[in-house]
Amino acid sequence: MAKILNVHNLEKTYSSGDRKLTVLHDISFDIEERETFAIVGPSGSGKTTLLGLCAGLDQPDSGNITLCGADIGSLTEDERAVLRNRNIGFVFQDFQLLPTLTALENVAVPLELQGSKDASKIGRELLEKVGLGDRINHYPSQLSGGEQQRVAVARAFSNSPSILFADEPTGNLDAETGEKVIELLFNLNKESGTTLVIVTHDLELAQKTGRILKLKGGKIVDNTVNTSL
Amino acid sequence: MNSEKLRSSKPGYNWLFKMAWRDGKASARKLTLFMASIILGIAAVVSIQSFGENLKDNIALQSKALMGADFKIDSSTEPNERVLEIIDSLGGADAREIAFPSMAAFPGNGATKFVQIRGIEDGFPLYGALETEPVEAANKYQSQGAALVDATVMLQLNLRPGDSIKIGDITLPIAGSLIAVPGSTAIFSSVAPPVIIPYRYIEETNLVQAGSRIRYEFYFRVPQANLEVLDNEVERELERHEADLDTHTSTSERMGKRYENFGKFLNLVAFIALLLGCVGIASAINIYIKDKLRAVAVLKCLGATRRQTFKIYLIQIAAIGLLGGLIGTILGLILQQLFPLFLGDLLPVDVEMSFSPRIIFMGLLLGITMSVLFALYPLMGTLYVSPLQTLRVDTEGKTNSGRAGLLVLAGIFLFILLFSYWLLEDWRYSFAFVAGIIITFSVLAGIAKLFMQAIKRFFPSSWGFPARQSILNLFRPQNQTLTLILAIGVGSFLISTLYFTKDVLLDQANFETETGSPNIIMLDIQSAQQQEVLNTIRQNEFPVMDDIPIVTMRVHSIKGRSVNQIKEDTVRQVNRWILNHEFRVTYRDSIVASESLEQGEWIPEVSNLNLVPISISDNFAEDARVTVGDELTFNVQGVLLKTIVGSIRTVDWSRMQMNFSIVFPKGVLEDAPQFRVVTTNVSDEGSSARLQQQIVRDFPNITIIDMRQVLTVIQGLLDKISWLINFMAFFSILTGIIVLLGAVRTSKFQRIKESVLLRTIGARSSQILKILALEYMFLGILGALSGILLSLVSSQLLAWQVFESPFVPSLFPFLVLFPGITLLVMFIGLINSISVIKSPPLEVLRKESR
Repeated sequence: MAKILNVHNLEKTYSSGDRKLTVLHDISFDIEERETFAIVGPSGSGKTTLLGLCAGLDQPDSGNITLCGADIGSLTEDERAVLRNRNIGFVFQDFQLLPTLTALENVAVPLELQGSKDASKIGRELLEKVGLGDRINHYPSQLSGGEQQRVAVARAFSNSPSILFADEPTGNLDAETGEKVIELLFNLNKESGTTLVIVTHDLELAQKTGRILKLKGGKIVDNTVNTSL
Repeated sequence: MNSEKLRSSKPGYNWLFKMAWRDGKASARKLTLFMASIILGIAAVVSIQSFGENLKDNIALQSKALMGADFKIDSSTEPNERVLEIIDSLGGADAREIAFPSMAAFPGNGATKFVQIRGIEDGFPLYGALETEPVEAANKYQSQGAALVDATVMLQLNLRPGDSIKIGDITLPIAGSLIAVPGSTAIFSSVAPPVIIPYRYIEETNLVQAGSRIRYEFYFRVPQANLEVLDNEVERELERHEADLDTHTSTSERMGKRYENFGKFLNLVAFIALLLGCVGIASAINIYIKDKLRAVAVLKCLGATRRQTFKIYLIQIAAIGLLGGLIGTILGLILQQLFPLFLGDLLPVDVEMSFSPRIIFMGLLLGITMSVLFALYPLMGTLYVSPLQTLRVDTEGKTNSGRAGLLVLAGIFLFILLFSYWLLEDWRYSFAFVAGIIITFSVLAGIAKLFMQAIKRFFPSSWGFPARQSILNLFRPQNQTLTLILAIGVGSFLISTLYFTKDVLLDQANFETETGSPNIIMLDIQSAQQQEVLNTIRQNEFPVMDDIPIVTMRVHSIKGRSVNQIKEDTVRQVNRWILNHEFRVTYRDSIVASESLEQGEWIPEVSNLNLVPISISDNFAEDARVTVGDELTFNVQGVLLKTIVGSIRTVDWSRMQMNFSIVFPKGVLEDAPQFRVVTTNVSDEGSSARLQQQIVRDFPNITIIDMRQVLTVIQGLLDKISWLINFMAFFSILTGIIVLLGAVRTSKFQRIKESVLLRTIGARSSQILKILALEYMFLGILGALSGILLSLVSSQLLAWQVFESPFVPSLFPFLVLFPGITLLVMFIGLINSISVIKSPPLEVLRKESR
């Protein structure tokens, strides 16, 4: 199977006043197409930073990231934006829906950015799929946390991404709602054949993925195939 | 994937507009106040601009009717042969007029009135019409040999058509009330209201005598005349013979200019209201964009580029500006309809309102430009938002560059400068205006910063909790202290400057006679009548306060060059009035209270008549380009008299007393033909009327000016002007309140979060209320006081530089404006926070976060 993401000798340092803080240290790994992949580790281990870099939201200080065949380090900010729009889906811990847009408009935005004429139709279908067909004209503030995350999942799949990054997708939900959202995420992922990368500290959730990468203090401590599946 | 491919993805402008609309629609509530600021500012500018333009157009359109002719020749002396020849060569006048001020008596009720007698030939006005009541009186007064009397005089003196009027030696029946005469403005003729009589009776009045102030007018109806040739060539020739030619176009241009200047002042005031609105726009957009930064990060995460997100909000703000501009323009166009209702008498023509596309375009353009310019700096913040913010990662995101900020600031000031120039057409004033704005804003911003530093440094740790907490709020992160002090300060500054300026203007025009100073002035008293007039005054037990001799003369030569030579000099520097004016000169041995010696030596009396040392006023010296030691020759009714400038005086012309440009020493003019001016003080209106009746009856040629009546006229004029000033002040107050509301509301969520936290840990409603009330009180006091004190300085400068008048500030801004504004700030602040105090903490947080 072809590799969709290749990370090689990745380093990332942040400055805080005069102090320099190395968040990621010599990180290398690959992810193959259609693979489900979890990045786990304690708070402050660098998992969210790693996800941001892999998704092209930031530039590494050294090392290389190749995503969908593009070397992220050589792209400008706007080129990375286009790359994200065409190939990547996101699900965030705090949903990150645009508060001034309705559920349908939120789902349609990635497609509209591509200039798609069917944005609304596809958005409607996806919202039906996540069980929100009757809430398409509601604003985020009129939806519950679980409903908002379902809208976010629908949005993440709207542009038929090659790879989907989920950052603590159940972090802001109660256990029961979180369970339902994860079920939805995995079902849609299976259906569309997307590569799924989840950042979580929930080991139970990580066990549902095909491979688990463990981070500690900015370093990889384990990268193993999940045999329990 | 190659980067070439990645660059090609771009949704069109349609999507940007769609996003701007979707987002704007959901944020409409937050944007209402900002839009209101734009609307009010633009309504103020558009209403004044549009009214000014309509007035100018109407003056130009009605220019012939305004003059009543295509052109006219006038002179203040009886026209000589050459002037008459010119009149003949132009085809002869179609109508003639002789006009002079005089007293008129009304035998029916014994009343007297100082009026302007206009002896007019049949045919005038050649364009337009006399407006009379009854209407037919305008057509019949000539054939009936009757008079038309000013409508206000008819009303005041309870006169009716058919009553009589006595002018000099003749008595005529009154044909009707005169409502309007082409070329006259009611307010300007109120001191000497017009009385029209047939031209043929002028001689019989016996009032046309030496020394009388008479104007001879010749009206022409020549529609095909080349006005340019008349204005240049004929005018130059006439000037040599002490006559003047005015065409209907030059007159209307001059009149338009007079109103244009007045309009310019109001335009600037309106423009300040607009700028005040912009302070609100800037602060509101700042907070609005800060609110949007998270959405910008999400959009970038989903694949929107920096430019796309920037453009979404730029389109939104420009659209709000356009909409605000449109509503403001419509409101301004509606408001201008009110102006003629209040200004009626001040206007020379009936102003028909029309909507100029130029003004509408200006309103819209102004709306967009101001909104975009003032929003640009906070808007640039969207360019530097990192999509990483969606992942809760603290980024070292770049903030707006200093250079970009300076560029935007330069753009704002350039715009203000160009706009002021467009209004004022004078670079000097425009630069001064921009400098004034920069200084005002900088001083207020400086005060706010100093205040924050001072309370940080000298924090009152011993104060109670609410007071300490309220002070802490003034310099916490994301505080609104600077914005609020700027908004409150600029508003207070503007409003109190308007009040102080009004004080200066009213003070300057305040001729209220102090007890004991003259309030009746009698002019044109012939030497032979002097003793009898003085006796009449004394017999009525009134004091003779001044008895001033007056000799009329013209300048004949200046420093050896004759007036005609100077007139022909195309690069002459001597002012025209010096060459043409008939000076009324007095002689005395001492200077008076309204004068002070500036240069030279005052010479009380002379015996040598070869070279008479005279004293001239400083403005005469400046306009005639002469100084102490220069020679001047005067033509004293045919006799040439050589003089030398002995001294130059500063004269306070604003004092309502007889002031003179030229004063001779005693011993020179005593035997020259002269008349006298006598003043007296009459305590009440009844005695004044009795004295006036007696003087008019016994001495019909004498003109009496009752200062009380003059005062009423001036008061009327000032009332109308103050209405306009108050109207503009109202706009500023309203805009100021909206800016304040905007500023308070934008910081509302921050305050609510803090208040809810305080409530959660047990603070009582009364404590929170106290904290908020004290915070707004501090802001109100500081803003209002700085604004008012700053306006004291600016008003002093205005009084000193522009009005050249002493400035005694009224207490109104301190006693009413200062506490009023402070209470208003507290009221607006508390009313906006009332939801925090009334509802449970969780409910408030959920509601406010939506």
